[in-house]
Amino acid sequence: MAYSEKVIDHYNNPRNVGSLDKGAEDVGTGLVGAPACGDVMKLQIKVSADGIIQDAKFKTFGCGSAIASSSLATEWIKGKSLNEAETIKNTEIAQHLALPPVKIHCSVLAEDAIKAAIADYRAKAQTKS
Amino acid sequence: MSTQTRVAKPEKKEQPGRNRPERPIYLDYQATTPMDPRVLEAMLPYFTTKFGNPHSRSHAYGWEAEEGVEKARAQVAHIIGADEREVIFTSGATESNNLALKGVAHFYKDKKNHLVTLVTEHKCVLDSMRHLEEEGFKVTYLPVKQDGLVDMAELEAAITDKTVMVSIMAVNNEIGVIQPLAEIGKLCRKKGAFFHTDCAQAVGKIPLDVEAMNIDLMSISGHKIYGPKGIGALYVRRKPRIRLQALITGGGQERGMRSGTLPTPLCVGLGEACAIAEREMPEEAKRLTKLRDRFYSQIKEKLPEVFLNGSLENRIPGNLNISFAYVEGESLILGINDLSVSSGSACTSASLEPSYVLRALGVEEEMAHTSLRIGFGRFTTEEEVDYAVKDIVEHVTKLREMSPLWEMFQEGVDLKSIKWAAH
Repeated sequence: MAYSEKVIDHYNNPRNVGSLDKGAEDVGTGLVGAPACGDVMKLQIKVSADGIIQDAKFKTFGCGSAIASSSLATEWIKGKSLNEAETIKNTEIAQHLALPPVKIHCSVLAEDAIKAAIADYRAKAQTKS
Repeated sequence: MSTQTRVAKPEKKEQPGRNRPERPIYLDYQATTPMDPRVLEAMLPYFTTKFGNPHSRSHAYGWEAEEGVEKARAQVAHIIGADEREVIFTSGATESNNLALKGVAHFYKDKKNHLVTLVTEHKCVLDSMRHLEEEGFKVTYLPVKQDGLVDMAELEAAITDKTVMVSIMAVNNEIGVIQPLAEIGKLCRKKGAFFHTDCAQAVGKIPLDVEAMNIDLMSISGHKIYGPKGIGALYVRRKPRIRLQALITGGGQERGMRSGTLPTPLCVGLGEACAIAEREMPEEAKRLTKLRDRFYSQIKEKLPEVFLNGSLENRIPGNLNISFAYVEGESLILGINDLSVSSGSACTSASLEPSYVLRALGVEEEMAHTSLRIGFGRFTTEEEVDYAVKDIVEHVTKLREMSPLWEMFQEGVDLKSIKWAAH
């Protein structure tokens, strides 16, 4: 399968690979996908007191498109507020990376990962207050 | 206008400090093989000077083409211990399998209506079986053991007096395991069922003898044994005679079993490929076993959590199928783009489903997603093997650092304990 240049770029030079302390109060973790389906994404955000995503990290088990989708997602959400980050649509990711139809689910997973990380952060913040 | 032919050279991507091969290293010999230059040489005259129709009886052009075809037929027969009158040419193993299964089932349908095969067979066998089922035949698809081999007790239990034929491949195209042909043949003979075997991946790699193994029909492919694409053969036993209904009718060539003018150059190519393979098999098997062991022992030494799929003992020398746990196969293939390998059979690699062959061995779906098929062959060198090891180790390591599953494994998390959201 021929991948787009952008996918190859993210695959070869993934942005923000790594992990944040998932126990920390200001960190939200999203873990989506399933090993049996061939894709698992872990996306983490570190959020400042005023609700801005200061840092984002990811780790992905999946094809080149899945790696690129999550890499791009971390790039896009950094510096955004939670509300802004929440509005990122999978279609924007798919379009930016020129994903073929069979790989659209990778962008869906990336959107889900962002939402799951935000939800985890908010749940933590709620139990704290 | 210049008459000079310009050949576009692929752009070389330079990477400092790395001695990259000019073209990817070919490690997919179960998908296809390059033609041996000696085969091409044997074929060439039959495209131009010896172009006659091998079925023309009235002139020298026909006679010399026929001579080429008949020599090739004898070469094909020789490598499997058959008589040349038992070999018919087809367009390839897919056609041979179709003809063997449908042809025999159709011919004997008034007496018997049952066939037995394995779930790990090639798609063209499984699909022919499906078609026969639609026509009303009964088919038993036997599971395989964890090492990929047939369970002889289960096979014996599956054969009834209604079983017209058992079809079991000699060597699996994904995992390279060798089925116990002689045992299967003996059992089929005892039970009165014909034994067909798809030998596309076996001819020229392991010794085959239709007499000693009681094989009644055998499918052969040209392009898997350094011969041309578009040619294959079917062995059909004469004593006792196996009958079959032709799929392609017409001029009655190939004893009425397969009409159509024979492609002389392709037949000659298949014959020559068989002759070379037969001559060089013992030495080549030793060489390939050494290369494979060199590859696998280095991989195991340098990478933890790698698993071989299928039996190592009962396996052709030129195949490995390895799961690199926690690394998704497609992303690995993208990384090791200096190597041409596949994540399954070429016929099914367009789908995102994990291999049905690996699933049949009991390989978990998540593990099947991490598997590569690595095929070595006649033109593989030690340098290539060492380069491949280095490249694979480098990329598996990199991708594991990026894998959430590898991280969890390192932290001692049981991946089975997590409730994954299937999607």
